[in-house]
Amino acid sequence: MSKKAYPYVLIMPSVLFLLAFFVYPFLQVFAQAFTHSEGGLTIAHFETIFYDFNFLPSLKNTLLLALVVVPAQLCLAIGMALMISKMEKGRDTVLYVWTIPLGISDLAAGIIWLGLLDQNGFINSFLFHVGIIDEAQSWLNYQNPWAIFAAIVFAEIWRATAILLVILVSGIGLIPKEYYEAAEIFGANAWVRLWKVTLPLLRPSLQTALILRTLLAFEVFAVVMILGGSNMPVLMGEAYNWAFSYRDAGAAAAYAVVILVLSLLFTLFYLRVLRVPKEAQI
Amino acid sequence: MIKKIIAPILLSSTIASMSALAQEVIFYSTQANPLKEADAMRNDVLSGFSGKVQFLPQEAGPFFSRIEAEARAKSVSLGVLGALHGHFPQINSTLDGIDDVINDLPAVQANNALSNLGKLGGAEQKYIPWMQATYIMAASKKALPYLPSGADVNALTYEELAQWGENLKKATGKPKLGFPAGEKGLMHRFLQGYLYPSFTNSVVTDFRGDDAKSMWKWFQKLWVNVNPRSTAYNLMQEPLLTGEVWVAFDHTARLKEAFDQKPDDFVAFPAPSAKAGRGFMPVIAGLAIPAGTPDRAASVELIRYLSEPEVQIKTLKATGFYPVVDVELPADLPANVRIAGKAIALQANSSDALPSMLPVGLGSLNGQFNKIYKDTFQQIVLRNADVDRILDRQAKQLKRIMNESKAPCWAPDKASAGACPVK
Repeated sequence: MSKKAYPYVLIMPSVLFLLAFFVYPFLQVFAQAFTHSEGGLTIAHFETIFYDFNFLPSLKNTLLLALVVVPAQLCLAIGMALMISKMEKGRDTVLYVWTIPLGISDLAAGIIWLGLLDQNGFINSFLFHVGIIDEAQSWLNYQNPWAIFAAIVFAEIWRATAILLVILVSGIGLIPKEYYEAAEIFGANAWVRLWKVTLPLLRPSLQTALILRTLLAFEVFAVVMILGGSNMPVLMGEAYNWAFSYRDAGAAAAYAVVILVLSLLFTLFYLRVLRVPKEAQI
Repeated sequence: MIKKIIAPILLSSTIASMSALAQEVIFYSTQANPLKEADAMRNDVLSGFSGKVQFLPQEAGPFFSRIEAEARAKSVSLGVLGALHGHFPQINSTLDGIDDVINDLPAVQANNALSNLGKLGGAEQKYIPWMQATYIMAASKKALPYLPSGADVNALTYEELAQWGENLKKATGKPKLGFPAGEKGLMHRFLQGYLYPSFTNSVVTDFRGDDAKSMWKWFQKLWVNVNPRSTAYNLMQEPLLTGEVWVAFDHTARLKEAFDQKPDDFVAFPAPSAKAGRGFMPVIAGLAIPAGTPDRAASVELIRYLSEPEVQIKTLKATGFYPVVDVELPADLPANVRIAGKAIALQANSSDALPSMLPVGLGSLNGQFNKIYKDTFQQIVLRNADVDRILDRQAKQLKRIMNESKAPCWAPDKASAGACPVK
């Protein structure tokens, strides 16, 4: 086999896997969203979901969660990545510890946070035992939508910041030391070096990290289901409900298409805003 | 390392599935899904079966998906399906006709009302009634002194329940009523089988009538005295046991633990009544055979076994669901059966009893039918939306579902020739 063919042969299994288990089912879902149960094109499924009480709240909650969680995680991840890149000893250990939540399924993460915040949870019993509260408090109920929202934001930040972190750490490692030396010679302090050297040269990694994380934010599901239930509808949860509780695969497919359109729009946005001109690449 | 762990798991699961193919009847069920109940099914109920059986409990969503996928792929591995009456219409087309089985079980057939439900509105028997339950009220004994004066807990009205809730809140400073309005709770059954029939003598036809409007306004007011954590409650036994809630409504099987763990602390009593009567809804679980099952004779044998009187009593102990055959209950039953059993009998035999049937003939629209009631509750009671506007909007949806499914009315609505009308 010629050396030129090697890379293609090596990526072939993963491409085939994605085609069979991602692209093909996805095309099916897309078709389902626009077909009537007896065949023929229709937009009835979209009418069904747009008319539903939960559509606007779920769209609003999903976007709001993404808008709060992703920037917060970005700032945290940049800070953490910078700290790690300055470390000389124990760097790997810290990185491992910080990425532990990544290995926990989102459902488990939701249960952990519910265990903390629930009326019978750890935080309640702690506050009770040290005498700050007189009896167990119920924070996560439909009367406090903001408490539910905050709990989900915390859980999501705790769970998924490491996705951004690992991408940014490797990105920072790629920035040549010479740029920093040159900047220092011209008298740039740490702050200026961050803004003028690190962040601009980190753009490709930022782009990848943001696209990945934002798409995941649109698919947020298990954590919300555990902490908010029906009090905090999100797009993915509604898609699940239409598929399994209300048994309307067409409407569920329509939700999937809505999530796809959102994901596409945001991906295009990031590609455009964080574009790195070819001649400026390292 | 990982290989070392995974290899034996893979190996044992292949062996398990190979042997399953060879001889076992796979008993796939949405019932007895909680770990404890599933264990009791395996160790106490099914252990006496002469053949080999593998009990696989599953949540409703994946339950349907697997049955539909197997039917579509024409490679059926399941032997017996156990599910609630309301589950079967959605998989009706994948079920085998089992007239021969019901004709062979005179003890089950004797209960006409139940065995007819198993026809799912058609001519052929599609499931065999397996076990039954209903919904009742439960209260902590601490709550009883706060009953409104003159009220009999065994013949309560909804007005008295509201007053009771208010008294409890005044006395304890906390809302002590509770409803299973969580994601997996059965709140919709309270609306369909208890509230609507009791106030309007209807479930579908008078969905937005004047009686329904005043009912929802009454319920909005009652909710002030209901624990706001209710939207997180799936099984009321838990908040009853922790003491968060003192008075609750739920399915008997979902109150079971409270009665069993603290039999001296709780009482069970019939659901309240309103001007149209004391609405209540029986719950029926059934057994079916998927068309194309690998060993039909073995499946039939398992159904016959589960219908035997002694096995029905074992099932009652395992799951808290009552027998569908006429059988003398022994004296050594667990506390939950003794406590709940009395309330169930009082409820069914009260002078103003108004039994409300489970929805029939909705097919795959069953889930959307329940959604109408859940959404209406959420909008009116939790989000304080305008009653008239929501009822008008939801009535349109209800009408669409009834027309699409062409389901005729069921009790307490008056029988209809075609699709059940929504006024």
